[in-house]
Amino acid sequence: MKKKVLSVLLAATMVASVLAGCGSAAQTAAPAAEPAAAEESAPAEDTAAADTAAADTAAADTADAAADTAAADTAAPAASGGGTYALVTKSAGNPFMERMASGFQEAVEASGGTVVIQNPEAATPDAQISVVQSLISQGVSSIAVDGNDANALTAVLTEAKDAGIKILTLDSDVAPDTRTVYCNQAGVSQIGQTLMEAVYDLTGGEGDWAILSATSQATNQNAWIDAMKSLMESDSKYAKLNLVEVAYGDDEPQKSTDQTQALLQNYPDLKVICAPTTVGIAAAAKVLQDQKSSVKLTGLGLPSEMAEYIGDDDAHSCPYMYLWNPIDLGRLAGYTSIALVDGSITGAAGDTFTAGELGSYTIEEIDGSTQIILGPPFKFDPSNIDEWKSVY
Amino acid sequence: MKKKSIGQFLSGSREASLVIVLAVLLIVVGIINPSFLSFTNIRQIFLNNTLTFLMALGMLCVMLTAGIDISITSTLAFAGMSIGLMQKYNILHNTFLLFIIGALIGVVCGFLNGLIIAKGNVAPIICTMGFMYIWRGMAYVISNNNWASGMDVAGFSDFGKDGAPGPYIILIVAYVLFFVIMKWTRFGRRIYAVGSNLEAAKVSGINVDSTLISVYTIMGLLAGLAGVLSVSIYASAQPNMQYGKEMDVIAACVIGGVSMSGGRGSVTGTFLGALIIGIISKALPMVNIPNFWQNLIKGVIILAVVILNVVTQRTMERQNLLRREM
Repeated sequence: MKKKVLSVLLAATMVASVLAGCGSAAQTAAPAAEPAAAEESAPAEDTAAADTAAADTAAADTADAAADTAAADTAAPAASGGGTYALVTKSAGNPFMERMASGFQEAVEASGGTVVIQNPEAATPDAQISVVQSLISQGVSSIAVDGNDANALTAVLTEAKDAGIKILTLDSDVAPDTRTVYCNQAGVSQIGQTLMEAVYDLTGGEGDWAILSATSQATNQNAWIDAMKSLMESDSKYAKLNLVEVAYGDDEPQKSTDQTQALLQNYPDLKVICAPTTVGIAAAAKVLQDQKSSVKLTGLGLPSEMAEYIGDDDAHSCPYMYLWNPIDLGRLAGYTSIALVDGSITGAAGDTFTAGELGSYTIEEIDGSTQIILGPPFKFDPSNIDEWKSVY
Repeated sequence: MKKKSIGQFLSGSREASLVIVLAVLLIVVGIINPSFLSFTNIRQIFLNNTLTFLMALGMLCVMLTAGIDISITSTLAFAGMSIGLMQKYNILHNTFLLFIIGALIGVVCGFLNGLIIAKGNVAPIICTMGFMYIWRGMAYVISNNNWASGMDVAGFSDFGKDGAPGPYIILIVAYVLFFVIMKWTRFGRRIYAVGSNLEAAKVSGINVDSTLISVYTIMGLLAGLAGVLSVSIYASAQPNMQYGKEMDVIAACVIGGVSMSGGRGSVTGTFLGALIIGIISKALPMVNIPNFWQNLIKGVIILAVVILNVVTQRTMERQNLLRREM
């Protein structure tokens, strides 16, 4: 009896690990991936789990090993001439992060460096902390982080800095004194200005509008929302616009749907919803389009997620929206990592360097923190959505 | 015959006290925001919580056997991601077949749970915790960092569109079916028997193992269906979909009076419990409670209802005892 059960269990684990292995085969770029990951995860009775951990997204394995850490996409044989450059994304299983990582990888490999990409399983600071700790012990040359929290990573990043590792951030920043430079997809005020202008245009210059954000502690969301608010206060052009509420959908489709429906019911005169988050904007777009609502939507969204909803006529809920190119953002972070490690920039304001095909960039001092700004946000409308929806 | 006092009516049935909680909730929210009681809004409560309603039925069966299943939203994600990708890569676009495939994936996942729990004597929370990681991991692995988005599932998503009848029909059929099964079939009574007294059930010749396996398989089937429905309703498949929502399902059962130690609970109670969960999540944003307070208030309401439940239960038992002594 016992034996039978044991064999069933074993068989199940094996099937899971084999399947997991298959799934990752296409992605595992470096042949070194498997042994490296296996080394990390340890005990003998867990061999099946170790195999699974080698798969790009972890989690499949049963217990402790995978819960937070998530294994390497491309594991790193240390001690290569060009140095090892790490990227820590917000979370696994997100196409935006995946494109960003591919840009980063491309830039670093073109310059002869080795890449380590870590995707934490959950979009939480805790998951990133354990990932960064393992990178410190691997002795990488630089770590680029897409912060899940502004302050929670301070301790571990300081530890990394003290170990001589160059720290930079991209997409979403952390506390400025814990990193050298922040690769900003677009300036906060630039995004605030663009979104405010879109709201102004879609409302016709006056009336009620609302914001649907992600979580209430998301660093970049809050910065953009603050920028929009301060624009409304300072510029009399927007005096007739009335921001009725900032709702939080926590980047969950279900909660974002509830919140959007509540906005529609609470504010019958609502004209526009602005959702600067990819999950929120897609959920809101579906609600508005299904209900054939006259409320219009704009914000920041993924073209592939939003293609269904973008159009000028009444049958579509979103006339246009914005985003930046995640591949270019990843590239910029890749080139910045290399420049920091080889010493061609120190991270001080005024430093200039060439980011490959992206051209020349200068580190700017914005609100007391050093940043590199990728460029203005890109507008997606009915004229170009078809060519972009298959890209990301 | 003496008329029952209100107190006696209240304590006469746990469902009655749930109905009162529900009425109070509706009245309070309705006063603060009258549009809450509109037809559209009530309809959306059901649509937005279809998944909770559906999976609560399976959780009822599982909890009746004194078990628990925390792998359900992982099964949901695995099934949902699978059928989402089938559409993304143009393998299959037939809505009916997609439902069948999603349900089958769920059945396999649930069957494995049941097999290990029944034959291996593994504690349900441990076994399903393992599968919680496994199926969620599989969802990530097969997604390969891609989502199935609105345009990929166009057509299929019409099934779960706001206003389409599909999800409601599934809910009504499921609840009627389970009501009948749990109340009037031999299989339904066996589930109660296994949960209320395992030894007695064994002695009376009930095949406990096969009952357990069936129960977890049913849970898996419903979770698989919920995965397909989720993709249809939200027009999107992401590997992290419905992450953490198994707690809502368990909460719905607990509020509905299902006992964690097995043997006690009903389909009606589960329905009311799920409805209360749905109303809470729908109402909180509509009564202008600041976002930061919403989870806190949700927790307080859940605890309050459960405490009310326990008190009612005790009064009920005491009254029964009194009656017997006389």
